Amino acid sequence: MALLQIAEPGQSAAPHEHKLAVGIDLGTTNSLVATVQSGEARTLTDELGAAMLPSVVRYQAGGITVGADAVQAATQDPANTLISVKRFLGKTQAEIEQSYGQLPYDFCEDNGTLAIQTEAGKISPVKASSHILGALKARAEKSFGNQEILGAVITVPAYFDDAQRQSTKDAAELAGINVLRLLNEPTAAAVAYGLDSGQEGIIAVYDLGGGTFDISILRLHQGVFEVMATGGDSSLGGDDFDSLLVDYFKQQTGVSVLSPSVLRLFINKAKACKEALSQYAKVNVVLEFDEQKYTVEVTREKFDELAIPLVKKTLRSCRRAVKDAGIENEEVLQVIMVGGSTRMPLVRSQVQSFFDKEPLTSIDPDRVVALGAALQADVLIGNKPDSDMLLLDVLPLSLGLETMGGLVEKIIPRNTTIPVARAQEFTTFKDGQTAMSLHVLQGERELVDDCRSLAKFSLKGIPPMAAGAAHIRVTFKVDADGLLSVSAMEKSTGVQADIQVKPSFGLSDDQVASMLKESMSNAKDDMQARMLKEQQVEALRVIEALEASLAVDANLLDEVQLANLKAEIAELAKVRETAQQPSDIKAAIEKVDNASSEFASRRMDASIKKALTGQSVDNI
Amino acid sequence: MRYFELFAVPVDYNIDLATINKHYLELQRTVHPDRHANASARDKLMAVQSAAEINDALQTLKHPVKRAEYMLSELGVDIRAEQQTLQDPMFLMQQMELREELEELSSASDPDTAIANFEKQIKQLNEQYSAQLAEQLASNNEQQYQLAADNIRKLKFVYKLRDELERIEDSLFDD
Repeated sequence: MALLQIAEPGQSAAPHEHKLAVGIDLGTTNSLVATVQSGEARTLTDELGAAMLPSVVRYQAGGITVGADAVQAATQDPANTLISVKRFLGKTQAEIEQSYGQLPYDFCEDNGTLAIQTEAGKISPVKASSHILGALKARAEKSFGNQEILGAVITVPAYFDDAQRQSTKDAAELAGINVLRLLNEPTAAAVAYGLDSGQEGIIAVYDLGGGTFDISILRLHQGVFEVMATGGDSSLGGDDFDSLLVDYFKQQTGVSVLSPSVLRLFINKAKACKEALSQYAKVNVVLEFDEQKYTVEVTREKFDELAIPLVKKTLRSCRRAVKDAGIENEEVLQVIMVGGSTRMPLVRSQVQSFFDKEPLTSIDPDRVVALGAALQADVLIGNKPDSDMLLLDVLPLSLGLETMGGLVEKIIPRNTTIPVARAQEFTTFKDGQTAMSLHVLQGERELVDDCRSLAKFSLKGIPPMAAGAAHIRVTFKVDADGLLSVSAMEKSTGVQADIQVKPSFGLSDDQVASMLKESMSNAKDDMQARMLKEQQVEALRVIEALEASLAVDANLLDEVQLANLKAEIAELAKVRETAQQPSDIKAAIEKVDNASSEFASRRMDASIKKALTGQSVDNI
Repeated sequence: MRYFELFAVPVDYNIDLATINKHYLELQRTVHPDRHANASARDKLMAVQSAAEINDALQTLKHPVKRAEYMLSELGVDIRAEQQTLQDPMFLMQQMELREELEELSSASDPDTAIANFEKQIKQLNEQYSAQLAEQLASNNEQQYQLAADNIRKLKFVYKLRDELERIEDSLFDD
């Protein structure tokens, strides 16, 4: 029986109303959605009771299928069935082919971005990801009687670079999801374990998923999860172990050239073989195709022998992360295992001997990330106002700019706590130079060619000066999601250029907007209605947030400022009720926003001062 | 000095890192964007900026060279954007020798021991150059500030060596 909720006398129940927020683990192989109910995180299941949604989408002329049904079709219809698209996010075709070799897809370009030609048209990895996210969103809404999902925390591998994070966020936006935060998968896992056991100290999270490997070293202290260092490989995961077995099958059968459907058969058999070897010492794999039948025997020893180089590769990343964290292996209190591939006995034993500690596996490694994300979503949406939990993440890969000679000058080094803003000054190379092109890169290597190119933009209109006389200040800002924006300014003239970093092969804001429109096949009126509704909701949020702040801190403003701000708020409230055009509400929101800027900055200063009063007296 | 004030610790080159770390977490609890997830756009922006500043303050105070440079610039001697101006032939000679030694590390017969020995040398130099910094920075004397500036320049060389050493270690691991 459901418990009745009773509000405290004099208080309405409304402030305690449970808002629906979810955590989504958008995985390479499987995706999950979880939420917190009655204080406990749980994963949501489909009609058949399955929590895991295979991250597989099939595109046919007649429609789109996501999940298990699409998996069924993979062997017979490989070219239209997109599997593990997460590996393609933020990548170019050349990079994909270099990393994964032969794939059964027809890669093409769509408006300068990578796409795959299917029966349903050109599908970008972002779009395919948005279909997976959409299916999870629909599942969550259905579980709660079509209640609206107000926000989601979506997890990404800690090692994802800016292009991959941005693509993930674009996909969520396309699926109509309000992203509360992009959260690193290992941090999410630590949250799931940490809140459970109330541990304090240093923990390592070893996350070997379907397509990515992450290692994170975190310090837990009174509800704060502080990432000390992170490392890994954004293209190393379970799929790579499968592909080792595929190669072994090829070698044993002597069949080296595979058609797309036979390749898919080999991959499926490899996956099944790998999973079986976690339980059995020996597996016989039967490969039947083109009226031929082969049986390949794989022992666990053989598989371990094939797999050990990859596992050793993960341990090298572990060693570097431990070093970056400035600690020794012995200081690691616990090791958390995340991701389906950590079920492999070889992985467990190698990790155990590396950290000299038996790893924790008490929470299902497939679900732990989604559960942690749900806990964070619950806090962020405001269901737990008294929560102490705070997650401090770091930048996984250094950010820099190209300088003379194809070298990279690092502006923000890896493992810097985010959010962060950092500026560096550059100067002109030639007399009379009036423009400067800036090339933003991410990675640890010194040469431009070895790093990932994030964006190129130029600062024009620099007044002609002698070489070295202009001072160009380039500022990098990384927000709490790990997303970068860059601005450049010539100091003497104030000439400025701003860009949101969108990779050359990613999507521009306009592209996202036009895809959004496309995806809403209905008439223009519906679009208008939806946008109006969104602005109304946003306006209400702004009003409520400001009124709540004013109730506490109105004394920070003088009478004129206060009256002015209140007038703007009242105006917004009126516009919100009466406006027919979303743009009118947007304009009113902007006015309130401008009127409140001084208030916001005073409030922040006041809260910073307040945070340390009481304890600072003893220390000075 | 704002960064010291921010963490409510006395202005002193010899910092109490534990207290700074503790206060850092208290501050982040207040300003971090996640604490303002439902706030107005303006408040969110403020939160990102404040959190970034606090992170930067911590990074600056934590790092011995950055801390010294920051303190010195607050005292009116900004050497952060300068081109190399160190004129101390003895020191530069010693640095060149150390660099040569560094380059030979990876081909040493026992790289682990060679690296450990080199690390020891660096640590010694580090202590040597930072020992006087606290006094110089607290001296309220322009001449002492110039001496501090030289000490910082030397420390920078030492830290560059340390970074190089780390890179060599990394490349040895990666084989």
